[in-house]
Amino acid sequence: MRTECIQPERTISVMARLIRMDDTGHTTLAEWTAADEPAVEAAVTAFREQLDAGFYAVVTEGEGRARQVDELPLDAELVILRRPIAGG
Amino acid sequence: MSTGVLPETAAVYWRPRVDERSLTRRGRVWTLTTVAHTIPFCIAAIVLFMLNPVSLPVGLILLVHAWAIPELYAQRGANVLKPKRRGEAGPEQTALGLLGDLVGHDARELLARTGLVIERGRLGTWVVGEAGAVLVRGRRAFCWCVRVDDLTLPSADRIAHLLLALRTDEAGFATVANLAFSGSVGRVRRRVAEPMRPALDAARRSTTGRTAAP
Repeated sequence: MRTECIQPERTISVMARLIRMDDTGHTTLAEWTAADEPAVEAAVTAFREQLDAGFYAVVTEGEGRARQVDELPLDAELVILRRPIAGG
Repeated sequence: MSTGVLPETAAVYWRPRVDERSLTRRGRVWTLTTVAHTIPFCIAAIVLFMLNPVSLPVGLILLVHAWAIPELYAQRGANVLKPKRRGEAGPEQTALGLLGDLVGHDARELLARTGLVIERGRLGTWVVGEAGAVLVRGRRAFCWCVRVDDLTLPSADRIAHLLLALRTDEAGFATVANLAFSGSVGRVRRRVAEPMRPALDAARRSTTGRTAAP
């Protein structure tokens, strides 16, 4: 039972990040700014690899909104990779 | 919520997509089914007693059945919010930080207190846990069993998975999930652990007057 009051802290930074939710909490796979071409290329490659591995990519669009993406949105602040869900 | 379609719905292509009407219908069918399970036991107990009062013990057993079946269903519904065993503190804290980033201030405060996230949607207000979610519509709760199939994930990450899927496609989320129970919010509330009840209370408050009670 989660009774201890651990206050979640904000951790999103300004730089665009591609993160994958995994057993460590989450892992940052790539960071980029639109002006940094090698970083963008690395991010796109990492993004593709994760989609091929079965992850889905989601971009949050403000409170209560999210969008699934098949291409890395370079203007997004945060792209989150998640695993598929299923009825239990 | 976004209007995109959740890709997981392809795995349950035979299910009609959930909408307001189908939810109301499913709620009524659930209630009728519960009544249909209960009434025959009650009638049988009464008839047996009228035929021969010596059958009282058998009648009492039947009445216990009539009482237990709806109780078991309600417990099954409440179990969708039951927390799993916590993993290591480090990953749990990291995952909780990300989940905290995804929700607003009030929901973050509620998350810290209850371990659950509440999310307003078009179909009602959702209370999201690790292994499922409860949709509160007026006085009725729909308990959905749905999860990410990775036991190594920290608890907060499992909630984040469900939350992101819900935000991507609310109706698709309800379509993919399995309905474990539908009935009064109070029946679910009584069966969840006390620290979690404020989340259901908040969901009920946010939905009262916004969604007509089915």
